[in-house]
Amino acid sequence: MDVLFDILGSANFWAAAIRIATPLIFGVLGALICERAGVLNLGIEGIFVAGAMAGWLAVYLGAGLWGGVLVAALAGALFGLLHAFLTVILGLSQHVSGIGITLLATSVSYFTYRTALPDVTSPPRIAAFQPLNIPGLSDLPFIGPALFQQTPLTFLALVFVVLVALVLYRTPLGLAIRAVGDNPASVEAQGLSVVGLRVGAVVVGSALMALGGAFLTMSAFDAFFFGMVNGRGWICIALVVFASWQPGKALLGALLFGAFDAFQIRLQAQIGQVVPGQVFLMLPYLLSIVALILVARRADYPRALLQPWTKGQRH
Amino acid sequence: MSLRLEPRDHASVGLKLTVSLAAGVIALLLVAIPVVAAGGTPLEAYWLMLQGAFGSMFALSETLNRATPLILTGLAAAVAFRAKLWNIGAEGQLYIGALAAVCVGSGLLQLPPALMIPTVMIAGFLAGGLMMVIPTIIKQRFGADEVVITLLLNFVVILFIQMLVEGVLKDPLSMGWPQSVPLIVEAKLPKLLPRLRMHWGLITGLVAALILWLMVRKTVLGFEIRAVGENKAAARFAGIPVDATMLKVALISGGLAGLAGVGEVAGVKGYLSADLSPGFGYSGIVVAMLAGLSPVGTVIAAVFVAAVFVGADSMSRATGISSYIADLVVALSLLCVLVGSFFLRFRVKFERRQVEA
Amino acid sequence: MTDAPVLLSLRNITKRFGALTANDAISLDLHRGEILALLGENGAGKTTLMNILFGHYVQDEGDVRVLSDDGALATLPPGSPGAALKAGIGMVHQHFTLAENLSGLANIRLGTEPLLSFGRESAARAKVKKIITESGLDVDLDRRVADLTVGEKQRIEILKALYRDAKVLILDEPTAVLTPQEAEGLFVVLRRLATNGLGVIFISHKLGEVLAVSHRILVLRAGKKAGELVTAQADRRAIADLMVGKAVAEVVRIPALPGETLMEFDDVSLHAAGRQALSGVNLKLRAGEIVGLAGVSGNGQSGIAALISGLAVPSSGTLRLYGEAVTKASPRDLVTSGVARMPEDRQHDGVVGTMSVADNIAIEEVRSPAFSKMGLLDRKAMRERATSAISGYDVRCPGPDAEARLLSGGNVQKLILARVLEREPRVILANQPTRGLDVGAQAEVHRRILAARDRGAAVLVISEDLDELFALADRFVVVHAGELSDAGSSESLDRGTIGLMMAGQARPPVGIAS
Repeated sequence: MDVLFDILGSANFWAAAIRIATPLIFGVLGALICERAGVLNLGIEGIFVAGAMAGWLAVYLGAGLWGGVLVAALAGALFGLLHAFLTVILGLSQHVSGIGITLLATSVSYFTYRTALPDVTSPPRIAAFQPLNIPGLSDLPFIGPALFQQTPLTFLALVFVVLVALVLYRTPLGLAIRAVGDNPASVEAQGLSVVGLRVGAVVVGSALMALGGAFLTMSAFDAFFFGMVNGRGWICIALVVFASWQPGKALLGALLFGAFDAFQIRLQAQIGQVVPGQVFLMLPYLLSIVALILVARRADYPRALLQPWTKGQRH
Repeated sequence: MSLRLEPRDHASVGLKLTVSLAAGVIALLLVAIPVVAAGGTPLEAYWLMLQGAFGSMFALSETLNRATPLILTGLAAAVAFRAKLWNIGAEGQLYIGALAAVCVGSGLLQLPPALMIPTVMIAGFLAGGLMMVIPTIIKQRFGADEVVITLLLNFVVILFIQMLVEGVLKDPLSMGWPQSVPLIVEAKLPKLLPRLRMHWGLITGLVAALILWLMVRKTVLGFEIRAVGENKAAARFAGIPVDATMLKVALISGGLAGLAGVGEVAGVKGYLSADLSPGFGYSGIVVAMLAGLSPVGTVIAAVFVAAVFVGADSMSRATGISSYIADLVVALSLLCVLVGSFFLRFRVKFERRQVEA
Repeated sequence: MTDAPVLLSLRNITKRFGALTANDAISLDLHRGEILALLGENGAGKTTLMNILFGHYVQDEGDVRVLSDDGALATLPPGSPGAALKAGIGMVHQHFTLAENLSGLANIRLGTEPLLSFGRESAARAKVKKIITESGLDVDLDRRVADLTVGEKQRIEILKALYRDAKVLILDEPTAVLTPQEAEGLFVVLRRLATNGLGVIFISHKLGEVLAVSHRILVLRAGKKAGELVTAQADRRAIADLMVGKAVAEVVRIPALPGETLMEFDDVSLHAAGRQALSGVNLKLRAGEIVGLAGVSGNGQSGIAALISGLAVPSSGTLRLYGEAVTKASPRDLVTSGVARMPEDRQHDGVVGTMSVADNIAIEEVRSPAFSKMGLLDRKAMRERATSAISGYDVRCPGPDAEARLLSGGNVQKLILARVLEREPRVILANQPTRGLDVGAQAEVHRRILAARDRGAAVLVISEDLDELFALADRFVVVHAGELSDAGSSESLDRGTIGLMMAGQARPPVGIAS
């Protein structure tokens, strides 16, 4: 019990939870936008890799940190566009296209990295984003280090949560996106473009996913290495179901996940001698599976998810 | 001139073959871009890849050796996708199959090879199958999507294997390497030819393809799998037990992936380690798609994908171009064959339209 | 009426789908304040015409002109629903085009405001409220559409059009999902809207309601305009002839001689998806008798069908087949014991489109010795059976190996008849047996069902088409809100009484019924 309180009582733990949650927040939001519009994007895992690599490489080549963020987002958008072309415009299988995008984005990233840096053995580091010092807030006892000593990308993720929620629930665009994921015919009958909305959603959603990857190289590890995404994209796909496709719950889900992960890392440090380390490493994946099973029965999937649409089609 | 799409009534076998072939060729052509970007010359690269894959008896053996697990994971994906069961977990099932082989075949049982090898295979098949049956039951009972669950289970399984080969299964004679105790000689798959790595797993793969082909065309089970895959509602209405059929598919699919793991352990490595598979499970998806989910096509597609990997390795050693080029070809092939499936469904027609003045 | 200005004009619209000419040089004019009925059999080309008008399809020839604000008729660009909407054309599809996860108001606003704007909801609400007051289309605007009744959804659809200041309102088979009483309510609204200056095109294949609501009737047959007449001067018989084109032989029905009870619902209740689908249903299906089940769709028909199909078992009460309780949901067991089932949605539940005709005919009995031995298919037997079925039931298809998805709706139904009737079943469920079929196929299906009854089968016909039920049924039952009531022998019944029962009113005592 003491272990539990020790961990929960340290500001460091909460800061880590938020840090771990950040890429997931980007990823879940991205997946949420795509799925709300009716497109499953299993390219997410690869888009994370592409965002991580592209952002890192841009900074490494001297583009500046925000330039790197932009490059990462563009890389994500590009793969999103490809996924949208295949699934929305050609109406092909979202499952297969997504897997294909993941394989392609991953191999393009690895190949580019190897080609750009043929001889390095240890991944070069970049001067990554540093925690912001917010006057007044960052200096608060406990609360300051726990919540307000994060890098700009974390705050950007939070801004996106608000922004996505605002667009989704307070603008006619959000109305149209929610409608096109439920019944594309409703959107077409009102003179809006099903293809336009879906392509737009997938491109924007994929750009957000790439930012999740960029966070890994530009805020968390300061370098790019193979296998660094390690299933985070798939976890986001599970979390979006857990979040019932709502931005607020997506934030909550990612934070819960981050807290759990931060907790297991600390627990491992304390009792790691007794239990093999892999048990702790397995927990995030198992947790995602359990979360998925728990909510599956009452999950309110967007009705048109996975369903291609051709113009003038009726049910 | 205008473009028009017409749905096709029927896609002939010839057309399907053309599309798959074209997909592979286009993917190979597209990688000319990264080859040039990496400072190579495409034609030289292609030639070196071809040489590396088929240029000698050794190269051919390496290619077929690499194709062996891909045939099995490819069949695993093909049989599942036909039934619209999205098994993306072949990678994990492969490891569990390999684990079962090690558990049974490293001394626990002492049987002559004629009994030992089938035992190891059955154990691997059942273990891999179980690994897919579980997510399928979860899908049926709780409605949870099998795609994400099988994907996530891959990570769990590999960590589990890591834990075992660093722990209870660790070979005390491995000088600290994280690998399991070796299989006993009786459990190992014999080589097909002396001094070459090709082993009897290849024959297993070919036989599996043949059995699946017969199953799809000739058996009631194949009929029911097709019906469930093509239209679940109609199959249920017609009295086909949909859930039970899906479980059979899951067992077969996971089992085939498990057999791939058995082949790698018992035919190639002789022991289990966490780097047993460089993504055979994921490549199996590409193989199945390239094959248009046909069992016979899977064999051909597996050889193609294997050739790309083996050829790229050899080309990479000669030119210094990263061998990730192979992954690029494979990913591009998948996307090209996906685009190709569009042309299987639609006929694109150019036609002149009279425009009124 | 024809003095009013023309709102909409179609000139020589032609549309071909491959070899089929769905619309052949059709022209029509619609005037302000007019209700024009577009009447025709299923497949006559009504829906195609309206989809061209609304921009869902692009016509091969001809054009659509709409009265523009400057008083001239302007040509509408083909294939653009946006342009049609802008020009003031509103369409209520047969299948509603509503996002069920949004409120009624959100559906109405959809696509009417700049995509990135805020705070326009209250103005929209005020405008919709005003339209509701003027038209009488009362509905709760804030409920999720998924929670609305079919009639309410239809009102949202009409409001959607009116909110966009539609000059022309097109309704595609609007009464198919309504009770006769609800339909009457819709007609009142439409007349009121027409009086206010709207032009209405009312698509239907039901002669009675067309006569009741329209000012003018345009009859389509096989893609061509078969005639155009003013409703007030129209003669029922003449229109029917225009519509069908040839005299259709009436199916002759001899009185039933009911025998023993073959299937019995004994106080059966059914819960499906957390809801009470059926409560306390009692029903006997007797040999040699056709029972007609009437009701507005969604009142429990699917529950009864699921029970007879073997897709569900009662949550309480007992379903008996030949006196034995059915305790296991197994379509296969029912098929083996001689129950024939025609699914409601024959394309979706009836056939596997990508499998062959032969496969689809054998599918229910693929495990029986007739078609397989030791788990191996007997392809030869399957083909033979298919060949005899194709000729015996006149299934038009390239052959037993053709994929079932290439068959027309009528031929799919014949395929299903061949599949289920060939075994000489003792109990038959015919669920919407002729929905969407042309007159010829309809008569054929009816003849087969009557023949099966005369042979001694117990038949339950579920249909939304009262004419069909009157043509087939010996006895009526009506389902409303999951409860079944006995309406008695068909000779003693009229449409009004059935309509009242469909709306949930108890059957009036004999003698008072009109």
